[in-house]
Amino acid sequence: MELSNIENLVEKYENAETSLQEEAVLKNYFSNEDVAPHLMEYKALFAYFNTSKEERFTKTIPLKRKQTNFWWLSIAASVAIMVSVYVVNDTSTSSSITPQELAEAEQALKDTQKAFQLISQNLNKGGNVAMASLGEFEKAQNKVFKIE
Amino acid sequence: MNQTEFLNTVLPLKDKVFRLAKRLLVSRDEAEDATQELYFKLWKNKEKLQEYKNVEAFAMTMTKNYCLDQLKAKRSNNLTLVHSNYTDDNISLQKDIELKDSVSRVHELIAALPEKQKMIIQLRDVENYEFEEIGKILDLQPTAVRVALSRARKTIRKQLTKQHNYGII
Repeated sequence: MELSNIENLVEKYENAETSLQEEAVLKNYFSNEDVAPHLMEYKALFAYFNTSKEERFTKTIPLKRKQTNFWWLSIAASVAIMVSVYVVNDTSTSSSITPQELAEAEQALKDTQKAFQLISQNLNKGGNVAMASLGEFEKAQNKVFKIE
Repeated sequence: MNQTEFLNTVLPLKDKVFRLAKRLLVSRDEAEDATQELYFKLWKNKEKLQEYKNVEAFAMTMTKNYCLDQLKAKRSNNLTLVHSNYTDDNISLQKDIELKDSVSRVHELIAALPEKQKMIIQLRDVENYEFEEIGKILDLQPTAVRVALSRARKTIRKQLTKQHNYGII
């Protein structure tokens, strides 16, 4: 490449009129060892561009973060809410009792009370019998030991 | 866009995204964080990516917007970027060894440019995009891209020549 040609390209380069191909020619020229002394400063410039292009991103790119795992949690939460609402509704509807059920329940209460009374009467009876036998026992004891 | 399409079309852009982010955010750590964040966003929107004719331009535009937002937030927090608080593997090491090294000077000269010119230099001279593509990415007319690019190149060259002639660092 002739020097006059390079000088021409350099001027175009400064005016930002060079094409990418022409800039590649310049880059190539300035990467050589023998560069015209009055164009030395461009050598540093193009050398810098070349080294800059070599720089690489070396870290990893995490595409999936923990956040992506939270979508199912919202579903679980909504299911839990729906279930609890359903359960609450279910119990509140079943607490409304029909008159028939009420009568049955009262009947059951009466029956139970009757049963309890029967038991307690028997228990009282049993208590009296026991007390009577205790009296008998005392009499017999007194006879044996003659305390008085 | 399914996973394999995403891996084939969007993932290979990660170096370009990273380099543009680094050009704007200066520090390597921040550029890495930005790249990860941007890829997470792209992944989340992978269904919508199909609607874009030019996925690459879209990804680069997103990078530009995200980084400029980051810079704006930083400035409003009064946390200005101090030029000495970053370490760049290849560049600052050279700078320590040989301060006169004009390659690392180029880095500083570009860093001193306005953001728009910085991005255009990055996209044209490092990534070799066409003017039309740069215009699409930055939402500018191709002629406006040319004007800004010419201005940036002239500024850098002027500074380099100054040093070259007088040995001023």
